[in-house]
Amino acid sequence: MLGDPCINRKTNFKKGVVHLMKRLSKGFVLTAVFSMLIFTLAACGGGGSTGSSTGETFKVGMVTDIGGINDNSFNQSAWEGLQKFNKETGAEVKYLESKSDADYIPNLNQFVQNGYQLIWGIGYMMGDAIKDVATNNPNAHFGIIDAEVDAPNVESVLFAENEGAFLVGVVAGKMTKTGKVGFVGGAEIPVIKRFEAGFVAGMKAVNPNAQVLINYTGSFNKPDEGKAAAASLYDQGADIVFHAAGQTGDGVFSEAKERRKQGQEVWVIGVDRDQRDLGPEVTLTSMLKRVDIAVDTISTQVKDGKFEAGVKVLTLADGGVDLPEDNPYIPDDVLKEVDQYKQKIKSGELKVPSE
Amino acid sequence: MRLWDRFLHSFISPGLWVPFGSIVLGFLVGAIIMAFGGFNPFVAYAALMQKAFGSPYNIGEMLREMTPLLLTGLSVAFAFRAGLLNIGTAGQMVMGSLGAALVGVLVPLPPIVHAIVALFVGVLFGALWGSLVGYLKAYRGVNEVIAAIMLNWVALYFANYVIRTAILDPQQKQRSLYVASSARINADFLSALFQNARLSYGFLLALLMVYVFWFLLYRTRLGFELRAVGAGAEAAQYAGIRIGRQVIVTMFLSGAFSGLAGAIEVLGVYGYMTISTVHASYGFDGIAVALLGGATALGTLFSAFLFAVLSYGAAGMQFAADVPLEVSRVVMAAILFFVAASALVRSLYTVTLGRMRRGSLESEVNRS
Amino acid sequence: MKPKSDQAGVYVSGTTHGEKPGESFQGTTGGTEHEPIVRMVEITKRFGEFVANDRISLDLYRGEIHALLGENGAGKTTLMNVLFGYYQPDGGKIFMNGHEVVIKGPDMAHALGIGMVHQHFKLVDRFTVTENIILGAEPRAGFTIDRSRAREIVERLAGQYGLYVDPDRRIEEITIGAGQRVEILKMLYRGADVLILDEPTAVLTPQEVHELLNILRSLAAQGKAILLITHKLKEILAVADRVTIIRRGRLVGTLPVRETDAATLAEMMVGRRVIFNLDKAPFQPGRVMLTVRDVKEARSGADALKGVSFSIRAGEIYGIAGVDGNGQSALIEALTGLRRIASGEVLLEDKPIHNANPRTVFESGVGHIPEDRHRRGLILDFPLYENLVLNTYYQSPYTVRGLIQPLAMQKQAERLIQAFDVRASHLNVPARALSGGNQQKAIIARELSRRPKLLIAAQPTRGLDVGAIEAVHREILKFRDAGGAVLLISFELDEILALSDRIGVMYEGRLVGEVLPHQTSEEALGLMMAGQTARGVKEA
Repeated sequence: MLGDPCINRKTNFKKGVVHLMKRLSKGFVLTAVFSMLIFTLAACGGGGSTGSSTGETFKVGMVTDIGGINDNSFNQSAWEGLQKFNKETGAEVKYLESKSDADYIPNLNQFVQNGYQLIWGIGYMMGDAIKDVATNNPNAHFGIIDAEVDAPNVESVLFAENEGAFLVGVVAGKMTKTGKVGFVGGAEIPVIKRFEAGFVAGMKAVNPNAQVLINYTGSFNKPDEGKAAAASLYDQGADIVFHAAGQTGDGVFSEAKERRKQGQEVWVIGVDRDQRDLGPEVTLTSMLKRVDIAVDTISTQVKDGKFEAGVKVLTLADGGVDLPEDNPYIPDDVLKEVDQYKQKIKSGELKVPSE
Repeated sequence: MRLWDRFLHSFISPGLWVPFGSIVLGFLVGAIIMAFGGFNPFVAYAALMQKAFGSPYNIGEMLREMTPLLLTGLSVAFAFRAGLLNIGTAGQMVMGSLGAALVGVLVPLPPIVHAIVALFVGVLFGALWGSLVGYLKAYRGVNEVIAAIMLNWVALYFANYVIRTAILDPQQKQRSLYVASSARINADFLSALFQNARLSYGFLLALLMVYVFWFLLYRTRLGFELRAVGAGAEAAQYAGIRIGRQVIVTMFLSGAFSGLAGAIEVLGVYGYMTISTVHASYGFDGIAVALLGGATALGTLFSAFLFAVLSYGAAGMQFAADVPLEVSRVVMAAILFFVAASALVRSLYTVTLGRMRRGSLESEVNRS
Repeated sequence: MKPKSDQAGVYVSGTTHGEKPGESFQGTTGGTEHEPIVRMVEITKRFGEFVANDRISLDLYRGEIHALLGENGAGKTTLMNVLFGYYQPDGGKIFMNGHEVVIKGPDMAHALGIGMVHQHFKLVDRFTVTENIILGAEPRAGFTIDRSRAREIVERLAGQYGLYVDPDRRIEEITIGAGQRVEILKMLYRGADVLILDEPTAVLTPQEVHELLNILRSLAAQGKAILLITHKLKEILAVADRVTIIRRGRLVGTLPVRETDAATLAEMMVGRRVIFNLDKAPFQPGRVMLTVRDVKEARSGADALKGVSFSIRAGEIYGIAGVDGNGQSALIEALTGLRRIASGEVLLEDKPIHNANPRTVFESGVGHIPEDRHRRGLILDFPLYENLVLNTYYQSPYTVRGLIQPLAMQKQAERLIQAFDVRASHLNVPARALSGGNQQKAIIARELSRRPKLLIAAQPTRGLDVGAIEAVHREILKFRDAGGAVLLISFELDEILALSDRIGVMYEGRLVGEVLPHQTSEEALGLMMAGQTARGVKEA
């Protein structure tokens, strides 16, 4: 203690504090200002490269919902459509992923500000955001999948999922051995309700005694929950599970594959695109929802100057929903019956309930 | 002036080279990863900055993104100063949103009053949820980290249930009804300033909270006790501070910051509350923000700003350079890694050199 | 060979000491009599601008016990860390057996035959004595450790140097004294010829200290060179051959111990005259201030209170002697509201204070210098001024309407550091940055500032150096002379004997005896501390 170099305490205290404060506060402010500066400079430097639009090429952008671009489902399907559109027409295409609901609006605005002629919002959850951005940017054009947005510059694309689901319902009703089939839904929103309604109707049409077990996980981006939901359905005796749950549905496939390895004869019916790649041995069939075709077709129309605001419903008759062309696991007689129903629906003879 | 000096001093005690060095290294790691992935990091970072600062709209949206980061950051930092790790900010935020949404949708009140009451109830919900963790720790001996993680999910599903049964929008099914416009805290002048960005009074409130944070800690008796418990629990106990009560109060106030974050999201950004099966990332990001900010007020402000730039600017990287969003998370993670690593380096430094360097003031190692 | 008494900054004691250092002990092994085993020449070590060692020279012979004396912060440990290879010196040279060496790290120090026993043992609690000793240098049989050979070696070494330990016990089961013997054995096992011991007696009981000193003598007699870092003059006088004194990083001088005395050493160490005889005013007991009546705890164990009774009067220092772990901590906590008691009572004057919360106890007039000043006494990262109001911060004028008043706190702090001579560069310096003595003075200042009726002083001078001990003792006596009651709990018998007006001896949660200091001896107290009731001692 006596080793402490201690001068006059009073002045020392004040000196010490004041000196320290000055030094540190100056240091802090400087550093803060400096780093802000770096940010700003960097921002300015990057300005020109992406901002301007040439006005020559036709540009189409799409914003995914929180499922992301690799959701094995409709975001992916939509992007496939845009890529096809790009190949056919040479137009520029680009996507932006959304991490959370908060990103929808800024992402849409990003395309607006970069002069994209058509901007797609993929998914029901983006309805509010499209409405908002479309209202604020009356000169830009938007397309939205699965939601109905009432604005003069928005084309809303809906699908008759109930019709497609009816067909896979027929397959399930015919092929179930346990008399129980399962349905895994994402969230309880109108789109998914249409899947459920069609599926149940189709199954009851061919197998009135069969039972449908329904499980909504509440999300489209949680494969673990999809797996848990499928496990519970299979445990309850279902041998075929149809999912309409985006990425959540990936879990249904992994559950089925595990059970298949243990010798259980369980099946999955995929959704949106032919999902055979997720589990060739367990995929009974898939209900195609041709978001890709819709995106491609409508983008082409807009490029040709034929933008039509309003709601467009793509039905079985339009080729908006369907089954894949080859279905190795489905016997011919079942396929034949599916075809009969397909004709009835197309001709309007059979009305499939939508809720 | 003394007050101001002290105010500044309180933010910078940990030294600045650690966070700034970490930031530089973090960006470097991100650049290397991008280079390996075949992306041009210069283009990508330029795009990131362009996205975050390129237009008034983007600046506004970036600040909107910053608001919850700042508040959850303050929330974590506050608890941290009292020696607690509040990992429950996500749940407290959900409760804050719920409180605000309930009042906003169900309670008819005149403008301004409505907004204030809704904010207040949101804050209260978050605070109570936080103090529940505190109670479990103080009087039931439950580790606060475990309790908070559990309660995060309880909060989420409870909120979903309440939304579904009490305030569900029958058209949309996946979210609540819009709160009454009298409860909204949109600041039109701010939005106008930033080309219609969703910037609300919430942002200004969050900035105000930086001062409130500091004031609570350094100017109130409560803050003194809280810091004492955080810096030396045994000495605090010996000085007559009741630790158990202190833990609850700390978590109450910490939860209040998160509750405010949640309330602002509902009243200032969305206007409704969604039914969600996952937590927004702000809760956990708050821990990162507080860590980088050294659990100080200005530090947290700065790191929230940085993380907002990274998080919001990520879309720009994707747009201009096709760099996946995840790369910006890698940069954030790398920054934190270096902060954590530097804490290690620093502790070694303190044990050996630092101790002797300060030796003119203190003694040698040999104390019992 | 001669101490470099012509060093710059050397303290000239004015005596005739230090002329022929080599003659006061018997150099042993042949041929090395005139060649020191270790010779450190003008070692300089800087940390930034701070010079921890300024051209310090020291030499050490085989068979010698060489004490290194200095206050905390003088640079003793730095110098030893240089020798042990932890630090590289910024200037100066080290010679071993006449050859210059550069010691790059502890491994190299081991290889050169230098071993160091740290103040805080570096032992693995879960391992046995043998395992700890061989750790890192295990005798091998193929790919496995040759345990029986290891055990043999340990037993042989233990026998040779009189270091008795049970080779098969785990460290967690043995006493601190035995742990220290294990540390020494570890060094011997590695073939150390030079043993550095850093404050080895700080943690030992009087009997254990006695034992250790005997061991050191035996080691020296067998040709080992021993460097003893300490600030305890008594031990130096008892065991060392020569002593090197450093102060503020500089060499003061090296003397043969037989030619010096405690007062001279203390003066050289501190740099001024140290008064050893405490001016203790005659004992003038007043009315009873504290009554402790049959205090028991609900739990059991050696350190639980099992019925403690005593009382302290105004103007009296009541000392409690005892070996660590016999209930002293529990007693302190029971008296200060930190621990609940199951039966009995504690009265301050006539007011019961047991099972009250610490703040109530404090407010009713109890000051407390805690055992562990780093954990209980101070918040190390808080500035000094906040520490000085740590138990009054909530009162006016430090808190007004819920808001703290730093200016009022600083004013009070300024008053206290003046009154109690706390040395700090400024009020805002964190408590961590103060020396141990100044930390303790800050605590005392805080505790006495509210004029308590009773002061509980637990290990008040632990780890402090002579100057600081003196200051602390003075403050305690001043308080007693002003009519305060003091409860002094200490493991240092010297302290207990010097300060107390009455002494209670604690053993396994009971007071086993109560004696008057002038009617007892260190030996008698030592026996009582080991649980034996001495003659003429009344049963508690």
